[in-house]
Amino acid sequence: MELKTPISEGIIRSLHVGDLVEVTGVVHTGRDAVHKFLHDGGKLPADMRGGVLYHCGPVMVKEDSQWVCKAAGPTTSAREEPYQAEVIQKLGLRAVIGKGGMGEKTLAGCREFGCVYLHAVGGAAQVLAECIKKVRGVSMLEEFGSPEAVWELEVEKFPCVVTMDSHGGSLHKEVLAKSKEALAKLL
Amino acid sequence: MTGLNDNLLELIRRTSAEIPDDVQRVLVEALKAEEKRTNAEFALKTIHANIEMAARKSQPICQDTGSILFFVHAPVGYDQLAFEEAARTAVAEATKKGFLRQNSVDSLTGKNSGNNLGPGTPTFHFTQSCSATEMDVRLMLKGGGCENVGAQYSLPDQRIGADRDLKGCRRAILDAVLQAQGKGCGPGVLGVCIGGDRATSYAFSKEQLLRTLDDRNSNPELDALEQEIVATSNKLGIGPMGFGGKTTLLGCKICAVNRLPASYFVSVSYMCWAFRRQGVVLSADGGKIEKWLY
Repeated sequence: MELKTPISEGIIRSLHVGDLVEVTGVVHTGRDAVHKFLHDGGKLPADMRGGVLYHCGPVMVKEDSQWVCKAAGPTTSAREEPYQAEVIQKLGLRAVIGKGGMGEKTLAGCREFGCVYLHAVGGAAQVLAECIKKVRGVSMLEEFGSPEAVWELEVEKFPCVVTMDSHGGSLHKEVLAKSKEALAKLL
Repeated sequence: MTGLNDNLLELIRRTSAEIPDDVQRVLVEALKAEEKRTNAEFALKTIHANIEMAARKSQPICQDTGSILFFVHAPVGYDQLAFEEAARTAVAEATKKGFLRQNSVDSLTGKNSGNNLGPGTPTFHFTQSCSATEMDVRLMLKGGGCENVGAQYSLPDQRIGADRDLKGCRRAILDAVLQAQGKGCGPGVLGVCIGGDRATSYAFSKEQLLRTLDDRNSNPELDALEQEIVATSNKLGIGPMGFGGKTTLLGCKICAVNRLPASYFVSVSYMCWAFRRQGVVLSADGGKIEKWLY
Protein backbone atom coordinates (compact mmCIF):
# COMPACT_ATOMS: atom_id res chain seq x y z
CA MET A 1 0.00 0.00 0.00
CA GLU A 2 1.25 3.48 -0.84
CA LEU A 3 1.27 6.20 1.84
CA LYS A 4 1.22 9.69 0.36
CA THR A 5 2.16 12.68 2.50
CA PRO A 6 0.49 14.47 4.16
CA ILE A 7 -1.13 11.35 5.62
CA SER A 8 -4.59 11.42 7.19
CA GLU A 9 -5.35 9.92 10.58
CA GLY A 10 -7.90 7.62 8.93
CA ILE A 11 -5.25 6.02 6.75
CA ILE A 12 -2.91 5.58 9.72
CA ARG A 13 -5.65 3.92 11.77
CA SER A 14 -6.22 1.43 8.94
CA LEU A 15 -2.65 0.13 9.21
CA HIS A 16 -1.65 -2.92 11.23
CA VAL A 17 1.55 -4.59 12.35
CA GLY A 18 3.09 -6.58 9.50
CA ASP A 19 1.73 -4.41 6.66
CA LEU A 20 4.22 -3.58 3.92
CA VAL A 21 3.91 0.08 2.85
CA GLU A 22 5.63 2.50 0.48
CA VAL A 23 5.96 6.14 1.43
CA THR A 24 5.73 8.79 -1.28
CA GLY A 25 6.02 12.53 -0.72
CA VAL A 26 8.07 14.54 1.75
CA VAL A 27 9.95 13.17 4.74
CA HIS A 28 12.24 14.99 7.15
CA THR A 29 15.24 13.40 8.81
CA GLY A 30 15.73 13.86 12.53
CA ARG A 31 17.73 11.86 15.03
CA ASP A 32 19.44 12.21 18.39
CA ALA A 33 20.31 15.91 18.43
CA VAL A 34 16.94 16.96 16.97
CA HIS A 35 14.94 14.98 19.52
CA LYS A 36 16.82 16.42 22.46
CA PHE A 37 16.60 19.91 20.94
CA LEU A 38 12.80 19.64 20.63
CA HIS A 39 12.53 18.18 24.11
CA ASP A 40 14.50 21.15 25.46
CA GLY A 41 11.94 23.52 23.90
CA GLY A 42 13.63 24.15 20.54
CA LYS A 43 11.61 24.87 17.41
CA LEU A 44 12.26 23.74 13.85
CA PRO A 45 11.53 25.89 10.80
CA ALA A 46 9.80 23.05 8.92
CA ASP A 47 6.07 22.35 9.26
CA MET A 48 5.74 18.57 9.60
CA ARG A 49 2.01 18.24 10.32
CA GLY A 50 0.69 15.03 8.78
CA GLY A 51 4.26 14.26 7.91
CA VAL A 52 6.91 11.64 8.35
CA LEU A 53 10.04 11.81 10.48
CA TYR A 54 12.92 9.62 9.38
CA HIS A 55 15.56 8.50 11.87
CA CYS A 56 18.45 8.83 9.48
CA GLY A 57 21.86 10.43 9.23
CA PRO A 58 22.51 10.40 5.49
CA VAL A 59 25.76 10.76 3.55
CA MET A 60 25.33 14.03 1.69
CA VAL A 61 27.72 15.53 -0.82
CA LYS A 62 27.36 18.88 -2.57
CA GLU A 63 27.67 18.53 -6.35
CA ASP A 64 27.33 21.69 -8.47
CA SER A 65 25.79 23.57 -5.52
CA GLN A 66 23.07 20.89 -5.16
CA TRP A 67 22.98 18.41 -2.29
CA VAL A 68 23.12 14.81 -3.44
CA CYS A 69 22.26 11.90 -1.17
CA LYS A 70 24.88 9.16 -1.41
CA ALA A 71 23.49 6.81 1.25
CA ALA A 72 20.45 7.00 3.51
CA GLY A 73 19.39 4.02 5.58
CA PRO A 74 17.68 4.21 8.99
CA THR A 75 19.48 4.59 12.29
CA THR A 76 18.55 2.79 15.53
CA SER A 77 15.37 4.36 16.88
CA ALA A 78 15.56 3.13 20.48
CA ARG A 79 17.72 6.10 21.46
CA GLU A 80 14.80 8.45 20.81
CA GLU A 81 12.45 6.50 23.07
CA PRO A 82 12.53 9.07 25.90
CA TYR A 83 11.42 11.85 23.50
CA GLN A 84 9.46 10.27 20.65
CA ALA A 85 5.88 10.42 21.92
CA GLU A 86 6.28 14.07 22.82
CA VAL A 87 7.84 14.83 19.42
CA ILE A 88 5.01 13.01 17.61
CA GLN A 89 2.53 15.23 19.41
CA LYS A 90 4.47 18.48 19.05
CA LEU A 91 5.14 18.09 15.33
CA GLY A 92 1.85 16.38 14.49
CA LEU A 93 3.60 13.41 12.90
CA ARG A 94 1.70 10.54 11.30
CA ALA A 95 4.66 8.22 10.84
CA VAL A 96 8.14 7.68 12.17
CA ILE A 97 10.58 5.68 10.06
CA GLY A 98 13.53 3.99 11.72
CA LYS A 99 14.94 0.63 12.62
CA GLY A 100 15.06 -1.67 15.62
CA GLY A 101 11.70 -0.55 16.98
CA MET A 102 10.70 1.54 19.98
CA GLY A 103 9.21 1.03 23.41
CA GLU A 104 6.01 1.36 25.38
CA LYS A 105 6.01 5.14 25.64
CA THR A 106 6.17 5.57 21.86
CA LEU A 107 3.60 2.81 21.36
CA ALA A 108 1.21 4.69 23.66
CA GLY A 109 1.97 7.91 21.75
CA CYS A 110 1.14 6.18 18.45
CA ARG A 111 -2.19 5.07 19.85
CA GLU A 112 -3.05 8.43 21.36
CA PHE A 113 -1.98 10.72 18.51
CA GLY A 114 -2.63 8.46 15.50
CA CYS A 115 0.86 7.59 14.36
CA VAL A 116 2.70 4.46 13.18
CA TYR A 117 6.27 3.27 13.40
CA LEU A 118 7.62 2.13 10.06
CA HIS A 119 10.64 -0.14 9.97
CA ALA A 120 12.98 0.35 7.02
CA VAL A 121 15.64 -2.26 6.33
CA GLY A 122 18.68 -1.26 8.37
CA GLY A 123 21.89 -0.99 6.43
CA ALA A 124 20.11 -0.81 3.06
CA ALA A 125 21.43 2.67 2.42
CA GLN A 126 21.62 2.38 -1.38
CA VAL A 127 18.20 0.87 -2.02
CA LEU A 128 16.69 3.56 0.21
CA ALA A 129 18.77 6.42 -1.23
CA GLU A 130 17.48 5.36 -4.65
CA CYS A 131 13.96 6.21 -3.40
CA ILE A 132 15.06 9.75 -2.58
CA LYS A 133 14.30 11.74 -5.69
CA LYS A 134 15.38 15.14 -4.45
CA VAL A 135 16.99 16.88 -1.48
CA ARG A 136 14.69 19.86 -1.03
CA GLY A 137 16.54 21.60 1.73
CA VAL A 138 18.28 21.36 5.07
CA SER A 139 18.10 23.08 8.43
CA MET A 140 20.22 22.86 11.59
CA LEU A 141 23.21 21.88 9.45
CA GLU A 142 25.61 24.27 11.12
CA GLU A 143 24.35 23.51 14.63
CA PHE A 144 24.18 19.71 14.49
CA GLY A 145 26.48 18.69 11.61
CA SER A 146 25.45 16.79 8.50
CA PRO A 147 24.31 13.40 9.94
CA GLU A 148 22.22 15.10 12.65
CA ALA A 149 20.75 17.90 10.53
CA VAL A 150 17.10 18.05 9.40
CA TRP A 151 17.11 17.12 5.70
CA GLU A 152 13.92 17.63 3.73
CA LEU A 153 13.66 14.80 1.23
CA GLU A 154 11.31 14.01 -1.59
CA VAL A 155 10.80 10.25 -1.66
CA GLU A 156 9.05 7.82 -3.96
CA LYS A 157 7.90 4.36 -2.92
CA PHE A 158 10.14 4.20 0.09
CA PRO A 159 9.58 0.61 1.40
CA CYS A 160 8.87 -0.10 5.08
CA VAL A 161 7.12 -2.59 7.30
CA VAL A 162 4.62 -1.39 9.92
CA THR A 163 6.09 -2.80 13.12
CA MET A 164 4.16 -0.61 15.60
CA ASP A 165 0.61 0.43 14.81
CA SER A 166 -1.85 2.89 16.31
CA HIS A 167 -3.83 0.13 18.05
CA GLY A 168 -1.17 -0.90 20.54
CA GLY A 169 0.33 -3.60 18.33
CA SER A 170 4.10 -4.04 18.29
CA LEU A 171 6.00 -6.67 16.34
CA HIS A 172 9.04 -5.93 18.52
CA LYS A 173 7.18 -6.81 21.69
CA GLU A 174 5.88 -10.02 20.11
CA VAL A 175 9.26 -11.16 18.80
CA LEU A 176 11.00 -10.34 22.10
CA ALA A 177 8.46 -12.34 24.11
CA LYS A 178 8.59 -15.33 21.75
CA SER A 179 12.38 -15.36 21.50
CA LYS A 180 12.72 -15.12 25.28
CA GLU A 181 10.45 -18.08 25.68
CA ALA A 182 12.32 -20.05 23.00
CA LEU A 183 15.69 -19.31 24.63
CA ALA A 184 14.46 -20.41 28.06
CA LYS A 185 13.76 -23.84 26.56
CA LEU A 186 17.17 -24.06 24.89
CA LEU A 187 19.32 -23.09 27.89
CA MET B 1 49.09 11.85 -2.70
CA THR B 2 51.69 9.13 -2.43
CA GLY B 3 51.18 5.53 -3.52
CA LEU B 4 50.37 4.53 0.05
CA ASN B 5 47.73 7.25 0.32
CA ASP B 6 46.10 6.13 -2.93
CA ASN B 7 46.13 2.49 -1.87
CA LEU B 8 44.58 3.28 1.50
CA LEU B 9 41.90 5.39 -0.19
CA GLU B 10 41.08 2.43 -2.45
CA LEU B 11 40.99 0.15 0.59
CA ILE B 12 38.48 2.51 2.26
CA ARG B 13 36.35 2.75 -0.88
CA ARG B 14 36.11 -1.00 -1.31
CA THR B 15 35.51 -1.63 2.37
CA SER B 16 32.63 0.84 2.40
CA ALA B 17 31.02 -0.30 -0.86
CA GLU B 18 31.65 -4.05 -1.14
CA ILE B 19 30.66 -6.95 1.08
CA PRO B 20 33.40 -9.57 1.52
CA ASP B 21 32.77 -12.80 -0.44
CA ASP B 22 32.60 -15.01 2.67
CA VAL B 23 29.77 -12.91 4.12
CA GLN B 24 27.96 -12.67 0.79
CA ARG B 25 27.94 -16.48 0.49
CA VAL B 26 26.29 -16.92 3.89
CA LEU B 27 23.72 -14.21 3.12
CA VAL B 28 22.76 -16.06 -0.07
CA GLU B 29 22.13 -19.21 1.98
CA ALA B 30 20.07 -17.21 4.47
CA LEU B 31 17.80 -15.89 1.73
CA LYS B 32 17.26 -19.41 0.36
CA ALA B 33 16.33 -20.69 3.82
CA GLU B 34 13.82 -17.97 4.68
CA GLU B 35 10.11 -18.54 4.16
CA LYS B 36 8.68 -16.93 1.05
CA ARG B 37 6.41 -13.89 1.17
CA THR B 38 7.36 -12.98 4.73
CA ASN B 39 8.77 -9.74 6.08
CA ALA B 40 11.99 -11.65 6.77
CA GLU B 41 12.27 -12.51 3.09
CA PHE B 42 11.52 -8.88 2.19
CA ALA B 43 14.39 -7.77 4.46
CA LEU B 44 16.87 -10.24 2.97
CA LYS B 45 15.86 -9.42 -0.60
CA THR B 46 16.36 -5.74 0.13
CA ILE B 47 19.75 -6.55 1.64
CA HIS B 48 20.79 -8.42 -1.51
CA ALA B 49 19.59 -5.63 -3.79
CA ASN B 50 21.49 -3.16 -1.63
CA ILE B 51 24.74 -5.12 -1.78
CA GLU B 52 24.56 -5.27 -5.56
CA MET B 53 23.72 -1.57 -5.88
CA ALA B 54 26.44 -0.35 -3.51
CA ALA B 55 29.14 -2.26 -5.38
CA ARG B 56 27.87 -1.09 -8.78
CA LYS B 57 27.62 2.57 -7.75
CA SER B 58 30.73 2.48 -5.62
CA GLN B 59 28.84 4.05 -2.74
CA PRO B 60 28.52 3.12 0.96
CA ILE B 61 26.57 -0.08 1.66
CA CYS B 62 25.31 1.62 4.81
CA GLN B 63 25.22 5.35 5.51
CA ASP B 64 26.76 4.72 8.91
CA THR B 65 30.29 4.09 7.77
CA GLY B 66 31.12 3.51 11.40
CA SER B 67 34.24 3.48 13.50
CA ILE B 68 37.29 3.30 11.29
CA LEU B 69 39.53 0.54 12.62
CA PHE B 70 42.89 -0.15 10.98
CA PHE B 71 44.74 -3.39 11.80
CA VAL B 72 48.29 -3.21 10.48
CA HIS B 73 50.95 -5.88 10.53
CA ALA B 74 54.27 -4.51 9.29
CA PRO B 75 57.94 -5.48 9.01
CA VAL B 76 60.02 -4.65 12.06
CA GLY B 77 61.16 -1.03 12.16
CA TYR B 78 58.27 0.21 10.01
CA ASP B 79 57.43 3.87 10.61
CA GLN B 80 54.00 3.72 12.23
CA LEU B 81 53.64 7.48 12.45
CA ALA B 82 54.11 7.84 8.71
CA PHE B 83 51.43 5.21 8.15
CA GLU B 84 49.02 7.00 10.47
CA GLU B 85 49.61 10.25 8.64
CA ALA B 86 48.93 8.62 5.25
CA ALA B 87 45.81 6.91 6.63
CA ARG B 88 44.46 10.18 8.01
CA THR B 89 44.95 11.87 4.65
CA ALA B 90 43.14 8.99 2.94
CA VAL B 91 40.29 9.09 5.48
CA ALA B 92 39.75 12.83 4.98
CA GLU B 93 39.80 12.35 1.21
CA ALA B 94 37.37 9.40 1.41
CA THR B 95 35.01 11.55 3.50
CA LYS B 96 35.12 14.31 0.90
CA LYS B 97 34.29 11.79 -1.82
CA GLY B 98 31.34 10.37 0.15
CA PHE B 99 32.86 6.91 0.73
CA LEU B 100 32.67 7.75 4.43
CA ARG B 101 30.09 9.78 6.32
CA GLN B 102 31.18 12.69 8.52
CA ASN B 103 31.31 10.51 11.59
CA SER B 104 33.62 12.04 14.16
CA VAL B 105 31.86 14.11 16.82
CA ASP B 106 33.41 16.00 19.73
CA SER B 107 31.91 14.27 22.77
CA LEU B 108 31.76 17.45 24.83
CA THR B 109 30.67 20.10 22.33
CA GLY B 110 28.77 17.88 19.87
CA LYS B 111 30.70 19.47 17.00
CA ASN B 112 31.29 17.24 13.98
CA SER B 113 34.88 17.53 12.73
CA GLY B 114 33.57 17.04 9.19
CA ASN B 115 36.46 14.89 8.00
CA ASN B 116 36.43 11.90 10.35
CA LEU B 117 39.61 13.07 12.06
CA GLY B 118 39.83 13.91 15.73
CA PRO B 119 41.00 12.55 19.07
CA GLY B 120 40.55 8.78 18.92
CA THR B 121 39.39 8.65 15.28
CA PRO B 122 40.45 6.73 13.28
CA THR B 123 42.07 4.04 15.44
CA PHE B 124 45.15 1.94 14.68
CA HIS B 125 46.17 -1.47 15.92
CA PHE B 126 49.80 -2.11 15.00
CA THR B 127 51.85 -5.26 15.22
CA GLN B 128 55.32 -5.83 13.81
CA SER B 129 57.36 -8.92 13.15
CA CYS B 130 60.90 -9.72 11.99
CA SER B 131 59.64 -12.21 9.44
CA ALA B 132 57.20 -9.86 7.73
CA THR B 133 58.47 -8.54 4.42
CA GLU B 134 55.22 -6.96 3.32
CA MET B 135 52.48 -5.00 5.02
CA ASP B 136 49.16 -6.55 5.91
CA VAL B 137 46.57 -3.79 6.29
CA ARG B 138 43.02 -4.67 7.28
CA LEU B 139 40.19 -2.22 7.70
CA MET B 140 36.92 -2.62 9.53
CA LEU B 141 34.12 -0.07 9.39
CA LYS B 142 31.84 -0.82 12.30
CA GLY B 143 28.55 1.04 12.47
CA GLY B 144 27.09 2.52 15.63
CA GLY B 145 23.89 0.49 15.59
CA CYS B 146 25.73 -2.79 15.97
CA GLU B 147 28.38 -1.31 18.26
CA ASN B 148 25.64 -0.19 20.64
CA VAL B 149 24.30 -3.72 21.10
CA GLY B 150 27.70 -5.12 22.04
CA ALA B 151 27.77 -6.39 25.62
CA GLN B 152 30.25 -7.33 28.30
CA TYR B 153 29.45 -9.81 31.06
CA SER B 154 31.37 -10.29 34.27
CA LEU B 155 30.94 -13.88 35.47
CA PRO B 156 29.40 -15.15 37.60
CA ASP B 157 26.26 -13.28 36.57
CA GLN B 158 23.29 -14.23 38.66
CA ARG B 159 20.75 -12.43 36.46
CA ILE B 160 21.33 -14.92 33.66
CA GLY B 161 22.51 -17.86 35.78
CA ALA B 162 25.98 -17.80 34.24
CA ASP B 163 28.83 -19.44 36.16
CA ARG B 164 32.54 -19.29 35.43
CA ASP B 165 32.67 -22.06 32.83
CA LEU B 166 31.92 -22.57 29.15
CA LYS B 167 28.24 -23.14 29.94
CA GLY B 168 28.20 -19.74 31.61
CA CYS B 169 29.90 -18.19 28.59
CA ARG B 170 27.23 -19.75 26.38
CA ARG B 171 24.50 -18.21 28.52
CA ALA B 172 26.16 -14.80 28.34
CA ILE B 173 26.57 -14.92 24.55
CA LEU B 174 22.98 -16.05 23.98
CA ASP B 175 21.72 -13.35 26.31
CA ALA B 176 23.56 -10.79 24.19
CA VAL B 177 21.78 -12.15 21.09
CA LEU B 178 18.42 -11.98 22.85
CA GLN B 179 18.98 -8.42 24.08
CA ALA B 180 20.19 -7.25 20.67
CA GLN B 181 16.99 -8.47 18.92
CA GLY B 182 16.98 -6.70 15.54
CA LYS B 183 18.60 -3.50 16.76
CA GLY B 184 22.10 -4.35 15.56
CA CYS B 185 20.86 -4.87 11.96
CA GLY B 186 20.68 -8.62 12.00
CA PRO B 187 21.33 -11.18 10.77
CA GLY B 188 24.65 -10.40 12.43
CA VAL B 189 27.98 -11.95 13.29
CA LEU B 190 29.40 -12.16 16.78
CA GLY B 191 33.02 -11.66 17.75
CA VAL B 192 33.53 -12.93 21.28
CA CYS B 193 36.42 -12.88 23.73
CA ILE B 194 36.48 -14.91 26.93
CA GLY B 195 38.94 -13.42 29.43
CA GLY B 196 41.18 -10.36 29.34
CA ASP B 197 40.47 -7.09 31.11
CA ARG B 198 37.52 -4.87 30.22
CA ALA B 199 39.41 -3.03 27.49
CA THR B 200 41.46 -5.86 25.96
CA SER B 201 38.51 -8.24 26.08
CA TYR B 202 36.46 -5.99 23.82
CA ALA B 203 39.48 -5.36 21.57
CA PHE B 204 40.11 -9.09 21.11
CA SER B 205 36.41 -9.70 20.47
CA LYS B 206 36.58 -7.26 17.55
CA GLU B 207 39.69 -8.92 16.18
CA GLN B 208 37.70 -12.16 15.91
CA LEU B 209 35.64 -10.39 13.26
CA LEU B 210 38.72 -10.38 11.02
CA ARG B 211 38.30 -14.15 10.62
CA THR B 212 36.34 -15.25 7.56
CA LEU B 213 32.96 -16.80 8.34
CA ASP B 214 34.05 -20.22 7.06
CA ASP B 215 37.17 -20.23 9.26
CA ARG B 216 37.01 -22.94 11.92
CA ASN B 217 38.40 -22.50 15.41
CA SER B 218 41.55 -24.53 16.11
CA ASN B 219 40.35 -25.13 19.66
CA PRO B 220 37.73 -27.95 19.50
CA GLU B 221 35.76 -26.69 22.49
CA LEU B 222 35.51 -23.16 21.13
CA ASP B 223 34.78 -24.49 17.65
CA ALA B 224 31.85 -26.49 19.02
CA LEU B 225 30.61 -23.46 20.93
CA GLU B 226 30.81 -21.26 17.82
CA GLN B 227 28.67 -23.71 15.83
CA GLU B 228 26.24 -24.23 18.65
CA ILE B 229 25.69 -20.51 19.29
CA VAL B 230 24.75 -19.97 15.65
CA ALA B 231 22.42 -22.99 15.58
CA THR B 232 20.70 -22.04 18.84
CA SER B 233 20.38 -18.35 17.92
CA ASN B 234 18.70 -19.33 14.68
CA LYS B 235 16.04 -21.18 16.65
CA LEU B 236 15.02 -18.05 18.57
CA GLY B 237 12.85 -16.63 15.80
CA ILE B 238 14.28 -13.10 15.98
CA GLY B 239 15.09 -13.13 12.27
CA PRO B 240 16.39 -10.51 9.86
CA MET B 241 15.88 -7.00 11.29
CA GLY B 242 14.05 -8.58 14.22
CA PHE B 243 11.02 -9.14 11.94
CA GLY B 244 10.83 -12.78 13.03
CA GLY B 245 12.30 -15.52 10.86
CA LYS B 246 14.92 -18.19 10.56
CA THR B 247 18.20 -16.33 10.33
CA THR B 248 19.26 -14.40 13.40
CA LEU B 249 23.03 -14.99 13.21
CA LEU B 250 25.33 -15.56 10.24
CA GLY B 251 28.32 -16.53 12.33
CA CYS B 252 30.06 -16.51 15.67
CA LYS B 253 33.82 -16.34 16.29
CA ILE B 254 35.26 -16.87 19.75
CA CYS B 255 38.71 -16.55 21.29
CA ALA B 256 39.94 -17.07 24.80
CA VAL B 257 42.77 -15.13 26.41
CA ASN B 258 44.14 -15.32 29.93
CA ARG B 259 42.48 -13.41 32.72
CA LEU B 260 43.14 -12.37 36.28
CA PRO B 261 41.99 -14.83 38.94
CA ALA B 262 39.49 -12.18 40.05
CA SER B 263 38.07 -11.38 36.59
CA TYR B 264 36.07 -13.43 34.13
CA PHE B 265 34.81 -11.30 31.29
CA VAL B 266 32.84 -12.42 28.29
CA SER B 267 32.81 -9.65 25.70
CA VAL B 268 30.52 -9.75 22.71
CA SER B 269 30.96 -7.50 19.68
CA TYR B 270 28.06 -7.59 17.28
CA MET B 271 28.66 -6.98 13.59
CA CYS B 272 25.68 -6.12 11.40
CA TRP B 273 24.90 -7.91 8.12
CA ALA B 274 26.57 -4.94 6.40
CA PHE B 275 29.87 -6.46 7.44
CA ARG B 276 32.46 -4.05 6.18
CA ARG B 277 35.92 -5.51 6.37
CA GLN B 278 38.56 -5.64 3.73
CA GLY B 279 42.32 -6.00 3.66
CA VAL B 280 45.33 -5.72 1.43
CA VAL B 281 48.88 -6.94 1.33
CA LEU B 282 51.05 -3.99 0.36
CA SER B 283 54.67 -3.94 -0.74
CA ALA B 284 57.00 -3.00 2.13
CA ASP B 285 56.98 0.69 1.13
CA GLY B 286 53.18 0.64 0.83
CA GLY B 287 53.32 1.72 -2.82
CA LYS B 288 51.84 -1.38 -4.41
CA ILE B 289 48.78 -3.55 -3.69
CA GLU B 290 50.05 -7.14 -3.93
CA LYS B 291 46.69 -8.75 -3.20
CA TRP B 292 43.27 -8.35 -1.62
CA LEU B 293 42.62 -10.42 1.47
CA TYR B 294 38.86 -11.03 1.56
